[in-house]
Amino acid sequence: MRLRDFPEEELFLQGSAACQGCPGSAALRVAFKALGRETILCVIASCTSVLQSPFPVSALNLPTLNMAFATGGATASGLSAAADRLVASGAFKEKPTILVWAGDGGTYDIGIQALSGAAERNTDFIYVCYNNEAYSNTGTQRSGATPYAAWTTNTTKGKDEWRKDIAQIMVAHGVPYVATASLAYPTDMYRKFAKAKEIKGTRYIEIQAPCPPGWKFPSSHTIKVARLAVQSGMWMLYEHEGGKTAYTAGTQRIIQGQSKLLPVEEYLQAQGRFRHLFSPEKDEMRIAEIQGRISHIFDTLQFTHKMKEHIMDIELAPPR
Amino acid sequence: MRLVDTGNHVAAWGARLARVEVVSAYPITPQTQVIEEISRFIDEGEMDCEYIPVESEHSAMAAMIGSAAMGVRSFSATSAHGLAYMHELLHWAAGIRLPMVMVNVNRALGPGWNIWCDHQDTLAARDTGWIQLYCASHQEVLDTVIQAFRISEDLKVILPVMVCYDAIFISHSYMQVEVPDQDKVDRFLPPFRSLWKLDLDYPLTHGSVIYPDDYEEVRFSMFKGLDNARKVIERAAEEYRDIVGDFHGGMVETYRTEDADCALVAMGSMASECKMAVEELRDKGYRCGLVRVRSYRPFPIAELRELLSPMRSVMVIDRSVSFGLEGALFSEVKAAIYGHGDATVYNLITGLGGRDVRYDLIAEKTADALEGKLAPESSWPSLRLNEHHLVSKRGLEGYWKKEGVL
Ligand code: SF4
Repeated sequence: MRLRDFPEEELFLQGSAACQGCPGSAALRVAFKALGRETILCVIASCTSVLQSPFPVSALNLPTLNMAFATGGATASGLSAAADRLVASGAFKEKPTILVWAGDGGTYDIGIQALSGAAERNTDFIYVCYNNEAYSNTGTQRSGATPYAAWTTNTTKGKDEWRKDIAQIMVAHGVPYVATASLAYPTDMYRKFAKAKEIKGTRYIEIQAPCPPGWKFPSSHTIKVARLAVQSGMWMLYEHEGGKTAYTAGTQRIIQGQSKLLPVEEYLQAQGRFRHLFSPEKDEMRIAEIQGRISHIFDTLQFTHKMKEHIMDIELAPPR
Repeated sequence: MRLVDTGNHVAAWGARLARVEVVSAYPITPQTQVIEEISRFIDEGEMDCEYIPVESEHSAMAAMIGSAAMGVRSFSATSAHGLAYMHELLHWAAGIRLPMVMVNVNRALGPGWNIWCDHQDTLAARDTGWIQLYCASHQEVLDTVIQAFRISEDLKVILPVMVCYDAIFISHSYMQVEVPDQDKVDRFLPPFRSLWKLDLDYPLTHGSVIYPDDYEEVRFSMFKGLDNARKVIERAAEEYRDIVGDFHGGMVETYRTEDADCALVAMGSMASECKMAVEELRDKGYRCGLVRVRSYRPFPIAELRELLSPMRSVMVIDRSVSFGLEGALFSEVKAAIYGHGDATVYNLITGLGGRDVRYDLIAEKTADALEGKLAPESSWPSLRLNEHHLVSKRGLEGYWKKEGVL
């Protein structure tokens, strides 16, 4: 699927209340195009609750239930069970896609219990986490998704902890489909949504969502920052199905040696939230720590890839 | 069909007869038997229903909101800590105007750990916009669950309903009930049709950001919905009597109030004790009656005014306490009849955490009140303060000595 082949119908309407350059709204646009009209949407408290525009208007042209912060997975279980009943009673010809749209706060932190419960029950729905790596809606506080050393309003010297990896936690739940996506690779993202739509059970898609006001970069740079994240290895693109992980798009190209892994410094420097790593003095140690982690992961992946080509035929779910 | 069973199993029968299509619930003592029985009904093919075994009460209510928003009849059951845990979503369900029914087995809140009867749990949830109905018998539990759907789904109401009954006294005791025929229930309770739902052809957004320009109006509409519910509750009880045959009262149930000049006011199973207390008091020459509050939200203001204004004294019995004030029912009864008649209103706070409340204690204290031996304020007649309530001999005393408190 090429960009120009995306369906023209816009289910994310004009006139939303999003900031300029908002990654969340761009992601909604692509996701809606891939999923189509037969979709029931549940929005979990996040920037999307606000950017859809206040009552009585809406930028979301799908039946939408706005729900409380900690409820994504559970609400989906209710929606999905009810949809099954309506299919059984003939009210629906086919089961619509149940789509939960949550931010990283609602996924990594307060919402993980409900998400985990739904995954364990293998509730039939797609869960999307648009991960802007902070509580952007409340003014950029740290979340479980905030990367190490990043500034937020409550980690003013940079976060001390490394982020947790929810996508891998979802892989560990054994759900049928887990994927990561990036705004800079919309065709890859579109393909993942279109694929998820055809699968039954719990599907998890996480989109890295560089947020201009929260990450402090010009609003015209959203896609550029998203691309740098993948090229520097700070964000990896893959999908996990049937016990196997396949790397995709930009990440795949790096592993296969078709493109170079950019130094993470380039990515860090593109954003204000890492400014304290470069001024007044360069914080060589923390930058090296970040680079070290990324290099270790990619060295392992590249090595595995070469080995696989040459001697082995096993798939490993590599460390990230 | 006649059945001898627990209050919990009887509640499950109510859900089954109401043709509930989605149940989501988490186990909590003393509610567990409700969902066990429902899951057995489903497994044995006696009930055609989706059962979502969620991972918490917060999720139970979220799943209910999801299924009710799709226009499917939904049911849950909880108790005490479970209700407290779902508190946020109680507001959500009512605020988004979703019909649904949940039973709550009234149980004490910890600490200390206590699974016995107490009304603190539901009274703490009284301002969430839910209708709250309190039952005094097994039969009433079954009948009220069915009536609750009628009330909840009425287009003038469209609010969730909580059916409350007492832990252990009702939940775990066995009583005989008459299970009505399904076709009678079907005649009473038509299939669910909501005023709104998530519809693919008319994609609307529900529950989004709302500014001060509109928020008050939304709250007012909930207020009106609860107000409208008064008539709907009465009508549901009467139509249920006409079609099915049982009647437990509408907003209130009265017992020997016609010629009374003294009334007891209570909720839940304690009202049965109160009936015996009424008999005892009458034997002693006091003209007493009972007003059992069946609907706590909406509160039966008009009924209480009418019934209590001729009274000389009113004795309100609370199975909970509004800390820093008095018994919550006591406050509300006083407020309801303020300026109507000149009854002196007394209050017993008793039976907390499942403590046994005997009819003779109620009768004795009411007689005291009538003889001017009890002040018209809250008293705790079953309190037994001991040494060990004040100081734990071995533990605290030693610690206090060490800290220099003693
Ligand atoms: S704060 Fe960030 S994620 Fe939120 S609306 Fe603005 S740009 Fe979008």
